[in-house]
Amino acid sequence: MVPLSWYVGLSSALFLVGLVGVLVRRNTLVVLLCIEIMLNAVNVNFVAFSKYQHVIDAQILVFFVITVAAAEVAIGLGIIISLFRLKGSVNIDDFNILKL
Amino acid sequence: MEILSFVYFGGAILLSALMVVIFKNPLYSAMSLLSMFAHVAGLYVILEAEFLAGVQLLVYAGAILVLYIFVVMLLNVQTQGRVLQKQAPVVFGAAVVAAVEVAFLISRSHFYPELPPVPQPGVPPLGNTEMIGMVLYTKYLFPFEIASLVLLIALVGAIVMAKGKLKFR
Amino acid sequence: MLNDILAAVIVIAGLLFVVLTMVAYLTYLERKVLSFMQDRLGPMEVGPWGLLQPLADGIKLISKEDIIPQEANKAIFKIAPIISLVPAILSFAVIPFGRDSFHFEGITTHPYLTDINIGMIYILALSSIGAYGILLGGWASNSKYSIMGALRSAAQVISYELNAGMSIIGVLLLAGSLSLVKIENAQQGGFWHWYIFPQIIAFVIYLISGIAETNRTPFDLPEAESELVAGFFTEYSGMRFSLYYLAEYANMIVVSCVATVLFLGGWGSPLPILDFVPPVIWFMLKVYFFLFFFFWIRATLPRLRYDQLMKFGWKIMLPLSFANVIVTAFVVYMIRH
Repeated sequence: MVPLSWYVGLSSALFLVGLVGVLVRRNTLVVLLCIEIMLNAVNVNFVAFSKYQHVIDAQILVFFVITVAAAEVAIGLGIIISLFRLKGSVNIDDFNILKL
Repeated sequence: MEILSFVYFGGAILLSALMVVIFKNPLYSAMSLLSMFAHVAGLYVILEAEFLAGVQLLVYAGAILVLYIFVVMLLNVQTQGRVLQKQAPVVFGAAVVAAVEVAFLISRSHFYPELPPVPQPGVPPLGNTEMIGMVLYTKYLFPFEIASLVLLIALVGAIVMAKGKLKFR
Repeated sequence: MLNDILAAVIVIAGLLFVVLTMVAYLTYLERKVLSFMQDRLGPMEVGPWGLLQPLADGIKLISKEDIIPQEANKAIFKIAPIISLVPAILSFAVIPFGRDSFHFEGITTHPYLTDINIGMIYILALSSIGAYGILLGGWASNSKYSIMGALRSAAQVISYELNAGMSIIGVLLLAGSLSLVKIENAQQGGFWHWYIFPQIIAFVIYLISGIAETNRTPFDLPEAESELVAGFFTEYSGMRFSLYYLAEYANMIVVSCVATVLFLGGWGSPLPILDFVPPVIWFMLKVYFFLFFFFWIRATLPRLRYDQLMKFGWKIMLPLSFANVIVTAFVVYMIRH
């Protein structure tokens, strides 16, 4: 039987990888992918706790997270396409028009 | 057996997640993410959440990532210049510190042992799909409706943004 | 434990053999049917009535040179056909093609590989992964025809998969399960129990979406030979080309099998008097009816224009399938309460 702490460890390592990716990568498209990694890390945790505590509600939360992920990608890709049209680039440090 | 499959799926998930961050070409990153989604679905099957495993593949791999690869191919951006941002060394340092801290916390914390399933007299055990359906459409009906509203807003927003200037008549 | 594994291996091997033979002979069947519809004989040279033609084709394709374009992205170019074929073959794992389990010295084999309780979602998920093979193959070829074909195909597969998924929901509501075995069992006892009658709209939508998803005429825009040479597999040759070909035909068989299970009662005979015919025969008859229907459509209809295709999918089929789901849900609720 796999102890629950292994799942928590896997999930936090995954979250960390995603977080580092978001903060480090320059390509906006990859940043969006790394957000998906973070969301998946959370989902793994939810499902593991759902099994070990016998609460089905955690799986419903995963359901909602997947919904939000779908919405987020649709909006995020829309933003990236408009920014690409505006700037001709998808690098995140080119999007600095709010800077003085 | 369970430990073996956990090690396989967990290792594959971590490896492909690292690949997403490491690969220079966004398309390769997307392919690594596809592998990660598939292995996360496998992990869900081990955790007896078959319905979520199916939904994971169907929504993430079938819809989200295809949309994403579509955009990558459409924009066809060549990676030039730096791959990483300027603050990367700081982030790596902070990540190492955070990893050590999380490992320390997990090793020191106490998790509840697995609870035995609550026996319900006279009720045959439901499958994973049925259980999710029961809870989703009773207890979580209102959040479910809100989720559909979120999707609708995202749909409209994506169309408005991707279309550029809208002409109102 | 060991016996179970052995039984599973036997069924897997048998299933693979049957499916691959079916796929190979489907190409022969298609050429024959098309030929007869166009008043000619079709392949006649190899073997009696050209029956060994698929074998000759296979040998030809294997022995041909495997050309990889110089500018192609080699790794992705190589794995794309495999990504396309594997999900198509994997889908057969959940399709129940008969009624009786087979017992032999303590080994029990079922007429299906596995009966998972998310069978329908499994098939939908696999068919959506098949789209990656097309998309990546077209992109990796680094040719304008390929990328156009791939983008068209991906858009088409995504749009029509939605319709197929929505049309299935009506059947799932009636059967109350996602397991294909349970859906089949719910329709036994004569043709009036089949879901084609309460779900006729869903049936038509599913069939049209199935044709579109497998990129068959009149929806074969991704490989429209008059505009795009051969679409996403323009640059492929030899064995890799034939992998795409196999994937397309395997997908056709999957769509036919799913349509049979969902709407025509699977292995059930249409009248109780006809029960003496083995269930497997009934299943195959229905599947071949759908396959013949595919060829028939191909011989009859001209190709659609791309905007017509998209308009038809999103503005006609999708609202219709939504309406079907709502009406079915309402009626099922009224009947059960």
